Amino acid sequence: MNNHQGHAPSLDPALRLSHAGSMALAASIVSELRRLIGPGNVLTEKEDLIAYSFDATAALQQMPGCVALAATTEQVASVLKLAQETRTAIVTRGSGTGLSGGSLPSPDCVVLCLVKMAKLIELDRANLTLLAEAGITTAEVADAAAAAGLFYPPDPGSMKSSTLGGNVAENSGGLRGLKYGVTRNYVLGLEVVLADGEVLWTGNKCVKDVAGYSLRDLFVGSEGTLGVITKVLLRLIPKPPAKSTLVATFARMDQAAQTVSDIIAARIIPCTLEFLDRTTIRCVEDFARVGLPLDCEALLLMETDGHPAAVAEEASRMAELARMNSATRVLVAKDDAEANNLASARRSAFSALARVAPTTILEDATVPRSELAGMIRFIAAVAAKYRLRIGTFGHMGDGNLHPTFLTNERDAGEMRRVEEAFKEIFDEAIRLGGTITGEHGIGVSKKSFLPKFAGSAQVRVMRELRRALDPKGILNPGKMFD
Amino acid sequence: MNETSQSHLKDLDFSVVQQCMHCGLCLPVCPTYEATKIERHSPRGRISLMRAIAEDRLEPSLAFGREMYFCLGCQACMTACPAGVNYAQLFECARAEAEASGVLRSPVRNLVRAFAIRWLFMDLNRLQLLGGILRLWQELGLQALLRRSGLLKLLPARLRELEAMTPDIQPHFSAGLIAPVTPARGPRNYRVAMLTGCAQDLIFSDINRDTVEVLARNGCEVVTPPEQHCCGSLQAHNGELELARQLARKQIDQFAPDQFDAIISNAGGCGSHLKHYETLLADDPLYRDRAALWDKKLKDIHEWLALIGIRPPGHAPPQVVTYHESCHLAHGQKIVMEPRRLLAAIPNLKLVELPESSWCCGSAGIYNLIQPEMAGQLLERKLNHIQSTGAAIVATANPGCLLQLINGAKQRGLTLRVVHPVTLLAEAY
Repeated sequence: MNNHQGHAPSLDPALRLSHAGSMALAASIVSELRRLIGPGNVLTEKEDLIAYSFDATAALQQMPGCVALAATTEQVASVLKLAQETRTAIVTRGSGTGLSGGSLPSPDCVVLCLVKMAKLIELDRANLTLLAEAGITTAEVADAAAAAGLFYPPDPGSMKSSTLGGNVAENSGGLRGLKYGVTRNYVLGLEVVLADGEVLWTGNKCVKDVAGYSLRDLFVGSEGTLGVITKVLLRLIPKPPAKSTLVATFARMDQAAQTVSDIIAARIIPCTLEFLDRTTIRCVEDFARVGLPLDCEALLLMETDGHPAAVAEEASRMAELARMNSATRVLVAKDDAEANNLASARRSAFSALARVAPTTILEDATVPRSELAGMIRFIAAVAAKYRLRIGTFGHMGDGNLHPTFLTNERDAGEMRRVEEAFKEIFDEAIRLGGTITGEHGIGVSKKSFLPKFAGSAQVRVMRELRRALDPKGILNPGKMFD
Repeated sequence: MNETSQSHLKDLDFSVVQQCMHCGLCLPVCPTYEATKIERHSPRGRISLMRAIAEDRLEPSLAFGREMYFCLGCQACMTACPAGVNYAQLFECARAEAEASGVLRSPVRNLVRAFAIRWLFMDLNRLQLLGGILRLWQELGLQALLRRSGLLKLLPARLRELEAMTPDIQPHFSAGLIAPVTPARGPRNYRVAMLTGCAQDLIFSDINRDTVEVLARNGCEVVTPPEQHCCGSLQAHNGELELARQLARKQIDQFAPDQFDAIISNAGGCGSHLKHYETLLADDPLYRDRAALWDKKLKDIHEWLALIGIRPPGHAPPQVVTYHESCHLAHGQKIVMEPRRLLAAIPNLKLVELPESSWCCGSAGIYNLIQPEMAGQLLERKLNHIQSTGAAIVATANPGCLLQLINGAKQRGLTLRVVHPVTLLAEAY
């Protein structure tokens, strides 16, 4: 029987699964952890370790030494002090929905899980801010904001499960990046536990603050390598009074891409411009049953929000541009419920693709919008060259594509072809002035591509920053770069 | 093959296990994960253990066995899963694996299982005999006497709790209330078979009578044999797949599927199992084809009435009703709107939506008997939501849910009517 060792792409040997499942983590460390955070919050049984040996990234698995479920910042600080003294690796995680292996355990590490720190501490209606613990889910934040007539735009596909702390650590995006930006654009302040256990606050409720380096911005997107984020202060915005959601279908992918270019050229910035290809449409409809048309090659999901008059005008302009590009039909969602169903259906795209293949490996190569149509053609050509099945969807408005290979991790030959194909896609993205990851992070999946993309000067500065904040190398070792 | 050396998970087509791509979208809908925030207690975590066994990275262990029985089997994860993982099949296989491996064996557990799952529920005559004794006990006032006497205090706490949950046995079983053939009222448009169930037959035979009544009033001739069999869901959900197959064959023998327009179930849990005989009997060439036809003919009562159209009922008093969804009706059978439409068809009935209506009430088959703590938490949560609606009536379509809510309301001292939607419809004709 095949095992996990043979088919872990881009995974360096140090991270490969140790089959012995041995508990190399010293018993003294485990018993001290039990004393610090309570015996019920330290999991060591093999059945528990298996359940924390992966995140949402395909074909990656590594057994941790134990799992620590912290309930307070003080507990996190005490765990980190212990880790610092004993040079124990700490891999922080929330719900484990990451897509680059960022919260994959390192061998015999302590998995520090923050899902029990999930309190909403304050919603400040005067300053339009929200303060919450890191383990709260993205959906709970969005719902709390909406209940106060406010809006928290970042909406990663996993928002019902993903935690705010994980979103900040990965600087997650979502369907609204084009108009509203990503998680970083909403982080006003952070509470971070440093590698030595000291607790740091950075940022505040002020819109303007230039006192010293912006450490807050350093921690956003740091993937658990610089500190453990325990609280997040978010900026909220007023809820747009109106929105309109449209679905347009096309017989050819380039017609959809051209429609997107035309919309941007017409100086319209919709909040959502998502596309799905034929394979993805079928999988999503099979799951969500929201009535997506199945007889097209490409589908655009478009949403505009804002003042009712502007929304009405932009929606009709977008419909017109779609028709000018030979859209086979343009449908308008009749109410908020239908619009939300369409957006939820789109968010399920990645998981839904798993309906047609045992293993789905998705990437998020991103290019400047002007290069989008060319990049889509390139991806199709690469898939054909390597004889791979592919489903592509993504955020067309911001150039962030999700080519997803539909494969089987037990087919070593095919997995090698997937790796080769991704190399070509990343090289092309870099050549076109894009990036190797728009919103999923480096983690372990894209570690080998970072040096080429970032260049030696950037990598040197990153390395020095990391050494300054984590001199003993205990925080998420083996991730992002060595 | 020797039962003890068999690995259900290794023998299962690996693609069923592999279908889970561990995206984590099941986490927020899983009641046991929600309560504990521990991955092992989530669908994704449980599947990772099943996969580890299938891949020889884990031996079936006591912890594994206990985990599989900590799962409610509510299938809320299947509704949430974009990847279409067949958790129901994995769950049955995993429990069968736990049983075959013997990790959970203990003298008391073995005895209870041998009595209840392998003997009592394998033959409804035995169940009816026990029900008859229990009824006599209750009718003679002995149960009330015992409860008043204070002697129950001598029992261990857990047995006392179980005694308090003893259901009231109905004065008549289904066969005493329903003729073997009930003609359609008015023109006969359909010929259907009525499954009276096992627990339902003892405790809720009136619901079976109401179901037949409603069917007859909607143009159906209803065939209800007096002696029926258990559908086998109890066995399948508790690791006894071979016994479940035996019972499935008996059902198919008794109700030849080509003889009926539909075979009607009114219990969400049974219906969910009854619709999967083809998978269960996939390796049985004698029954496979009939099982496939059976699955097509098997209809939940709400589903069937929605298909044929409900004849408008006449009169009903003003009443405010909320609807609790049986997990296996909502998640197992994906029947969500039909019961609501049925209730909305009743004149003067105001339907108030129940918050978290499809969240498990903790009954989950026999879960409330084997996992009282978790089941109790879920019941509290459910009752709080029911009270928040202000409705004096809660409708639900599964005997386990009905019992759980009746017991819960009794413990809280609520005047809450717990009723099957079909009963409310029957009352309106």
